Amino acid sequence: MYVIVAGGGKVGANVARSLLRIGQEVTLIEQRRDRFERLENEFEHQVQRGDATELFVLERAGITRPPDIMLALTGDDEDNMVICQLAKEKYLVPKVIARVNDPRNQAHFDLLGISPTVCATSSIMALVEHEVPEHDLIHLLELRKENLEIVEVQIDRDSPVAGKRVEGLKLPEGARLISVMRDGQAEIAVGSTTLQAGDQVLAILEPGKEDELRRVLLSR
Amino acid sequence: MKALVIGCGRVGSTIALTLHQEGWDVVVIDEKEDALSRLGESWRGAFVVGHGMDTDLLREAGIEEADAVVAATDGDNTNIVIGQVAQKRFGIDCVVVRVLDPARAEFYAGRGMRTVCPTSVAIDALMETVRSCEVPRLEVL
Repeated sequence: MYVIVAGGGKVGANVARSLLRIGQEVTLIEQRRDRFERLENEFEHQVQRGDATELFVLERAGITRPPDIMLALTGDDEDNMVICQLAKEKYLVPKVIARVNDPRNQAHFDLLGISPTVCATSSIMALVEHEVPEHDLIHLLELRKENLEIVEVQIDRDSPVAGKRVEGLKLPEGARLISVMRDGQAEIAVGSTTLQAGDQVLAILEPGKEDELRRVLLSR
Repeated sequence: MKALVIGCGRVGSTIALTLHQEGWDVVVIDEKEDALSRLGESWRGAFVVGHGMDTDLLREAGIEEADAVVAATDGDNTNIVIGQVAQKRFGIDCVVVRVLDPARAEFYAGRGMRTVCPTSVAIDALMETVRSCEVPRLEVL
């Protein structure tokens, strides 16, 4: 497999190193001279110096072959977006993977149809949220292609739905309850399931409808 | 008519001033507060400090009511992304994007973006000027 890695910082260099270790063919692109010189000692001809958003730099790295995967791992989100668009749309690279540095830019990657993306901050926050007990709604999984996400909601004593049946709930459009976890046992949520305080409910919904769901299940 | 000008350097500030003179309602966005001084003391348009990739800031600057958006920061890729956000998220038809790199300018122009490449414009002007000089022609034997 041939992989081009744009960005030779900690992330890019480690990914390139790992790919080489499992026997893949790699070209790493780094713009900064100081970093490039350090990388050259290790990667030799497998690292090239240049701005990976310049067409001639990409072409020199062999993007017209095209590679099986283009990894846009620079520390600059705009650069990563442009690298992915060029790779996908100009050079028909079958797969691109982008690093998101600032989670606020995630919406831009999504708007431009760049997927999959990896954001360290978001991943860490998802894990932290899982640990914080007062978080009433936790993101468990994002299905970006389907434009759906799975969240967990903790039903408490003050919740307006405690004691109510699932079929009677006025859930936001496009949202469904999947399962109810009670005393360590999970059950699929059906119309006749009655919610109780202490239940952990899994729901599937469109991103952006969390607040509506929170209002229905927790009235806040 | 309302215009958003993102990036208040030499290019952005002059565009903002000119549009303002032509009667446009202009909002200028720049990361640096100092950039405001480029618009002169008599600037009566709006000026917002922040990054043009920040969607909330764009809304605050009134992008939803804008008739035109000019992306003229010093970063080609920043301009390209801002331009697409203005086009695709906010549905603005008149989006003009400065791209210094001729190759990227051409690629995005081919995808329906109004890119302007100062490098290509300069090359054309310089070439035309060189050709217009009266220099003795080489004698062909």
